[in-house]
Amino acid sequence: MTEPVSYRTVSQVAGPLLFVEKVEHAAYGEMVEVTNALGERVRGQVLDAGSGLAVVQVFGSTLGLSTTGTSVRFLGETARISVSDEMLGRVFSGLGNPRDSGPAIVSKTKVEIVGSAMNPYSREEPSEFIQTGISTIDGMNTLVRGQKLPLFSAAGLPHNLLAAQIARQAKVLNSSENFSVVFAAMGITSEEANFFIRQFEETGALERTVLFLNLSSDPSMERILTPRLALTTAEYLAYERESHVLVILTDMTNYCESLREIAAARNEVPGRRGYPGYTYTDLATLYERAGKIKGRKGSITQIPILTMPADDKTHPIPDLTGYITEGQIYVSRDLDRSGVYPPIDVLESLSRLMNQGIGPTRTREDHRGMADQLYASYAQGKDVRALSAIVGEEALSETDRKFLKVAERFEQMFVKQGVYEDRSIEQTLDIGWKVIEPLSDTEIKRIKPELVEKYRKRTTPQ
Amino acid sequence: MKDGTIIRVTGPVVTAEGLERAKMFDVVRVGELGLVGEVIKLQGTTAILQIYEDTTGVRPGDKVVNTGQALSVELGPGLLTSIYDGIQRPLNVLREQSGDFISRGLVIPALDEKKKWEFVPSKKKGDKVAPGEIIGTVQETQLVSHKIMVPPGVSGELKELKEGKFTIREVVGKIKTSTEDVDVFLATKWKVRTPRPIARKLPPDTPLLTGQRVFDTFFPVAKGGTAAIPGPFGSGKTVSQQQLAKWSDSRIIVYVGCGERGNEMTEVLATFPELEDPRSKRPLMERTILVANTSNMPVAAREASIYTGITLAEYYRDMGYDVALMADSTSRWAEALREISGRLEEMPGEEGYPAYLGSRLAEFYERSGKVIALGPDSRVGSVTVVGAVSPPGGDFSEPVSQNTLRVTRVFWALDASLASRRHFPAINWLTSYSLYTDDLKGWYQETVAKEWPDMRAEALGILQKEAELNDIVQLVGYDALPESEKGAMDVAKSIREDYLQQSAYDAVDTYTSMKKQYLMLNTILAFGREEADAIRAGAQASQVSSLPVKVKIGRIKWTPEDQVDDFVKGVMTEMDQQFGALVQEVKV
Repeated sequence: MTEPVSYRTVSQVAGPLLFVEKVEHAAYGEMVEVTNALGERVRGQVLDAGSGLAVVQVFGSTLGLSTTGTSVRFLGETARISVSDEMLGRVFSGLGNPRDSGPAIVSKTKVEIVGSAMNPYSREEPSEFIQTGISTIDGMNTLVRGQKLPLFSAAGLPHNLLAAQIARQAKVLNSSENFSVVFAAMGITSEEANFFIRQFEETGALERTVLFLNLSSDPSMERILTPRLALTTAEYLAYERESHVLVILTDMTNYCESLREIAAARNEVPGRRGYPGYTYTDLATLYERAGKIKGRKGSITQIPILTMPADDKTHPIPDLTGYITEGQIYVSRDLDRSGVYPPIDVLESLSRLMNQGIGPTRTREDHRGMADQLYASYAQGKDVRALSAIVGEEALSETDRKFLKVAERFEQMFVKQGVYEDRSIEQTLDIGWKVIEPLSDTEIKRIKPELVEKYRKRTTPQ
Repeated sequence: MKDGTIIRVTGPVVTAEGLERAKMFDVVRVGELGLVGEVIKLQGTTAILQIYEDTTGVRPGDKVVNTGQALSVELGPGLLTSIYDGIQRPLNVLREQSGDFISRGLVIPALDEKKKWEFVPSKKKGDKVAPGEIIGTVQETQLVSHKIMVPPGVSGELKELKEGKFTIREVVGKIKTSTEDVDVFLATKWKVRTPRPIARKLPPDTPLLTGQRVFDTFFPVAKGGTAAIPGPFGSGKTVSQQQLAKWSDSRIIVYVGCGERGNEMTEVLATFPELEDPRSKRPLMERTILVANTSNMPVAAREASIYTGITLAEYYRDMGYDVALMADSTSRWAEALREISGRLEEMPGEEGYPAYLGSRLAEFYERSGKVIALGPDSRVGSVTVVGAVSPPGGDFSEPVSQNTLRVTRVFWALDASLASRRHFPAINWLTSYSLYTDDLKGWYQETVAKEWPDMRAEALGILQKEAELNDIVQLVGYDALPESEKGAMDVAKSIREDYLQQSAYDAVDTYTSMKKQYLMLNTILAFGREEADAIRAGAQASQVSSLPVKVKIGRIKWTPEDQVDDFVKGVMTEMDQQFGALVQEVKV
C-alpha cells in the first residue's frame, strides 16, 4: 500500500458522502481520515475511485464538515482491525475503538475486515448439535455448529430475551471446548445494549465475550463496518484461537437502512423498496462468514436478529436474509399476545441443517419423526382452530377435536417455557410424546411404528 | 493488443482507457494482482469491464491487460468429478494454492495438465472426418466414456492419429483441411456465451424419469425440456433439486450453485461422492460436474457461472449423452445482472432489472433441447434444464419468475404452506403444470400401461374435486357434506398422503420406479372406486376410512421394489375382503 496523502479539495458534502477532487490513485475501498476545521477527526472509506475524483463515505457525522476547511488524508490501506486474545471481555465502539476504560488493542495481527470468500471446497458440513435448552429450537428447528440461523422478529417482541437465553444456555453435549461470544449491536438502544451486557455479566460469560456497540445515537454509517469488525474478530477467535464462536448481530434491519442511505446519497438505481440492488450480495458477504473449515478446530455460528417492518415477512430484509441463512426462527406476535414465551411460531420457522444435527447418534432416534409429527399435528390443529371459529366447536368431528387439543397442548406444554428453563433434548422429546397423547397410534403417521412402540409406552404407561 | 489504464473503480465495475482494439467480452487482467475481468461495454477508447474478483485496493492508474480472448471453458477429459467456481477454476486446486479462503488473481488451468489419459482411436490415418465426428474415446470415469470429437468447423483428412497415453496438452492427431493442418488434442476450448452447434433439434418424446412420484406421474419433464421450480425460501427447493440430480435417469449431471449458500454446496460436495448411482453402484460424482459460485463470491463470476455450466452440458450432449443441468438459482443470476446493470447506470426496467432480462433468460433456456449432434453418425443427446427461481416474498408476479414462465414448459410450484405442514416434496398439485403431457403420452402408454394417461387424469380430477369441496367445508363444516363427498375427500387425502408425499431421507421411499408408481396409484384408485361403491350401498365414509387395509396402503411406499408386487397383491386381496365384509354388514 502507498504512503498516506492529504487533500483539501472537497468539492461537495452530500449526506454521508464527501466528493474529493484532484485525487490521484485513491484505491477502491481505501480508508481515509477526515479532519474538519476544528481539528475533529472521523474515518471514511473510498466508494468510487476515479482519476481526479474520489467519493468517500464518512463513518460518522458530517456535522461541521465544509468544502473549504476539511482535510482528507488517504491512508493507503483498506479497512483493518488489530485482533488479539485481549479483546475478550472488552467493549468496543462500532468502529472498533475501546468503549470501556481499557487500552486500545495493539497487535501484530492486523486483518482486513472485508473477508475473502471461504472456498466451498474447504467448508466442513455443520453437524454438531447445539443444545439451546429451548424446546421449539432443539426439538423442531435444531441449531448446529457453523450454522447461521436468524431470529425474525418485530418491534415489541421479546427477541432480545430469547437471544440472551440462547447465548446463555447454548452448549454442545459432551464437549468442554473453548467457547466465546462476539456481539455486534447496530443501532440498538443503550437500554438494550445494557440488557445484553448485564446478561453476559450475570452468567460470567462476559470474559469470553467481545462486544461491538453502535447504539442508536451513534452515526448510522458506522453500522456498515460494525458487523465486519465483529466477524473478522470472530474469524480470528475461531480459526486462529480454535474457539467455537457464537456471533449475535442485532439489528440487521438497521444495517440495511444504512446501506440504503448510502445508495440514496449516491443516486443509485434502487431495487425493491429503495434498497440497493446489491443488498443480497452485501448481506451474503456477512452471513456467509458463518461456518466450519475442514481441519480446523473452531467454528462460527451466527444468530442475526432482525425486526420485520410492520411484521411483514416479505419485506426485502427478512426475505433476502431468509434466502441466505440456513432457516429462521420466527418470533410471533400472536403467540406473544397469548402470553406464550418464547413466542416461536414453529410453522414459520425452519432449520435447514437440522437433519445433519439429529438422529440416533447425535440426539435420539425418534427426533426426526417427532418433529414431523408435531409440525403436522400442530398445522392441522391450527386449521381446525380457524375452522371452529366459523362453524363452532360443536360442528367439529371427533378427530378434529383431538387435533385442536393437541395444538393447545403443544403451545402450552412444548412451546411455553421459562426464561431460565434449560431443557435437555431428552426432556424436549418426552414433552413431545406428552403433547400427542390424545392421538391414537394410527394418527401418528410420521413416526415409525417401532419407535412409537418404544417411546410411547415408555412415557405413557397404558 | 495494447495495455490500458484504469480511470475509475466502483465495486465490480472498472472503467479503463487506452484498450485499443478491445472487443466485447474480451477477457482482461486488471491491476497489480491481475484480477480476471471481461469487457462489457465500449465507448470510443473507453472500455467498461466487469471484474470476477473483489476489487478492493484497485486504483486508477493501474494497468489493464487484454488477453484478446472471449471467456471460454476448457472441454476435455477430467471435467467429471470436478468442482469449479463460476469461471471454471477448480476449487480444490484453488484451496491447495491459496488456502481455505479464496485469494485473488489466481489463474489455474481447469483440467489437470499432467494427467495421462488412455486414448483409443476409432478412426485411422487417411479417413475423411467431418465436424463433430468421433475419432476416439477416453475412459474418463468408470461410468462415462469420453468421446473425442473433431472440433466444429474442422473437416478434412486424418493425416495422423496416435494411440496410447496422452495429456490434454499433447497432440494426438492431425487433420489436413483444405487450407492447413489442424492439430487435435484431447481438450478443446469453447466460448461460453456461444451455443455449441448441432445438426438439428428433435421434438421431446421421452420423459426424464426422476423416481419422484409427483414429477413422474403428474408433471413430467421431457428429456431436452425445460422446467422451473420457483419456491419461496424454506419450501424444499434445494432438496427437490438434489433429488433430481441424484435420481434422474440422465447420464451426466451439471449442477450450478449460483449465488447460493456455502454450506449447501458443502452438503452437495459431501453427499454426492457418497451417493451411489442407482444403476451402476458407482459414486454419483463420476457422472457429475459441480459449478459453485456461492452468494459471497464475486457477483460477476455468478453471472458467468450459468454460461459455464450450460457449455459443459452441451459438450457432453454432443457426445450423445442425456445431460441434466440444474441451476440454483436463476434469480441470483438475474440479480447479478441487475447489480452490474445498476453500476453501469443503465436505464432500469421492472424492479430495477435491466430491460434485457427476458431475452437473456430466453437465450439461456433455449440452449436446452434434444438434438442430433454434428457428425455423420447422427447420435442423439439432450440437455434438460431445471432452473430454480427464488421469487422475493414468494410473489410469482415479479419479473424473474414471469420471464422464466414464458420460456419454460414445466412449472413445479413449490408451496410454503405445504412445506410448513411437512408435505414433501411441497409441490402444489393444483398450480403446477407440464406442457409435455401430450408429447409424452405415447411413451407412457407403451412403457407403463395403456390406461396410464387416464389414471393420471382421474387422480388429478380427484384432487381438483377436493379443492372445491374444501371451500364448501370452510363454510358449512365437514359433517354437512353428503357421504359420497366425504368419500371423495377420503380418496384425495390418500392420494396426497400415501402417494404424493415422498420422503427424500428414507432409503426406500426416496426413489420409486415407474412400475411401483403404477402399482401404488392403481391401488389407491381401486380403493377409491370400491369406497364409492360401498357408500352407494349404504356404508359411512368413516367406516371405510377405518378399514385396516388403509394402513397397509400407506405402507406401500415403504416397501422395497423387489417386494412390492407381492405386497400390493396382498393389499388388493385384503381390500376386496374387507369391502365385501363391510357391504355385508351394512346390508344387515
